[in-house]
Amino acid sequence: MSANPESLAVNWVRRVGGMTLFFLQVCARLVPSFARPGLIVRQIYNAGARSLVIVMLSGLFVGMVLGLLGFDTLQRFGSEDSLGVLAALGMLKVLGPVLTALLFAGRAGTSLTSEIGLMKSTDQLTAMQMMAVDPLRHVIAPRFLGGILAMPLLAATFSVIGLFGAQLIGVQQMGVDVGAFWSQTQNAVDLRDVTEGIVKSVVFGVACSLIAVYEGYNCEPTPEGVGLATTRTVVSSSVMVLLLNYLLTAAFLTKS
Amino acid sequence: MSDLETKNANGSPAPAGDAVIEVRDVHYSIGGRKIFDGIDVTARRGRITAFMGPSGTGKTTLLRLITGQSTPESGSVKAWGQEVARMSGKELFALRRRMGMLFQNGALLTDEDVYENVAFPLRAHTKLPEPLVRQLVLTKLHAVGLRGAARLMPAELSGGMARRVALARAIVMDPELLIYDEPFVGLDPISMGVICRLIKQLNDALGITSIVVSHDVHELATIADDSFLLSGGKVVARGTPAELHKSDLPEVRQFMGGLADGPVAFHYPAPDYAQDLLEGQS
Repeated sequence: MSANPESLAVNWVRRVGGMTLFFLQVCARLVPSFARPGLIVRQIYNAGARSLVIVMLSGLFVGMVLGLLGFDTLQRFGSEDSLGVLAALGMLKVLGPVLTALLFAGRAGTSLTSEIGLMKSTDQLTAMQMMAVDPLRHVIAPRFLGGILAMPLLAATFSVIGLFGAQLIGVQQMGVDVGAFWSQTQNAVDLRDVTEGIVKSVVFGVACSLIAVYEGYNCEPTPEGVGLATTRTVVSSSVMVLLLNYLLTAAFLTKS
Repeated sequence: MSDLETKNANGSPAPAGDAVIEVRDVHYSIGGRKIFDGIDVTARRGRITAFMGPSGTGKTTLLRLITGQSTPESGSVKAWGQEVARMSGKELFALRRRMGMLFQNGALLTDEDVYENVAFPLRAHTKLPEPLVRQLVLTKLHAVGLRGAARLMPAELSGGMARRVALARAIVMDPELLIYDEPFVGLDPISMGVICRLIKQLNDALGITSIVVSHDVHELATIADDSFLLSGGKVVARGTPAELHKSDLPEVRQFMGGLADGPVAFHYPAPDYAQDLLEGQS
């Protein structure tokens, strides 16, 4: 069955509107949710610590590839000593936040959506409402906050490990001078570059966490509904991250 | 139990036997399908009221209306004299703090153990010191016979045990009204008997009001003080279970006797059986 463009547009507007309202509702409950910091810490652990291994491994391999390709390209211009600059800027400004967000969406985002969806399908959220406990405050807000706080930490880890991977290939394997690698990196990277990476990772954290908790909270309470919501989380988060990355990159370039 | 006092909508004491829940001329549809067509039911203080009826007659939907999870198209649903549909979110939460509900599947929090599940409402609504929380939780768990299972996870419990833990959680805040949604579904006879006795004992010992939704006629007959039989969007019979058993109404006789043929059709509307079978061969 093919949907006409009009109904697709209406659905899209309805979905964006619903998500915006949901975002405002969750934001209104962020401060009250600090009353039970244990819940937030547990969610940082779930979203952050449990994603650490996959983020570190991915960071290492991406850094190593960056080292190989960067060295190959730069040596054509006789500037292989700038490999550290290329790797550091690439990692900090784009690859770190973007790839971490994509990994986050696939690992923590799907976990959040399916967990909340299952809670919904097994009446746990309704049971909370019947116990006069607000699920938005007790379940959604801590998970949303946990995701936002975990993302920049994961992105920083990804960037550091990635830079180490690039250094491993460039310096240890390809013979780039270790002093030149680090000193050029130190000279070229300034606070603005780091800020860009942090801002991006926080924005991506908000987007991915919001999509994950929204899809879980609003899914059909059936096994199929939870599965579809999990898929939507990955697809929507990935597209949103890439779109936001473009917008933020353009904004930072305009500002400089 | 009749000398125990409860409170009306204004918080003042109400006399024994008062209606805790009053549903009057409620109409409600889901997706164009009429669920209730002018339904009237009452749950009185201190009594066990049973809502019975075949599957799909809207028993759980009625509970959703009573607890403010759904709003009727027309008619009135009152809890302690207050119109549920007109309540704000805060008022609804205040109302629900006076209720406890047992869900069909228990609805235990799967990432918390039994102890934390029972302690959950206490932690959410009170700032009681941990020793007192522990005492309350263990008391309620002891009442349902599961004090020894305090540190088990929900996944480690049988269906009957999960239902009993959910019951302990439902009574931990000492509610005035306990609502049971299909408490006997999927239970073995022993667990069923245990849950049945618990419902009766809790109602009598705590002086609360109970609403039980079920289609298990025999179990309900042993504990219910008042029964309402729902069918076709209406209350087709009301009275004590014994009175229902004596009824001559075809709907009541079919339901109470578990008969396949009667006003409630066993078969979903379908074309002629023989013709349907032959069509596949041509």
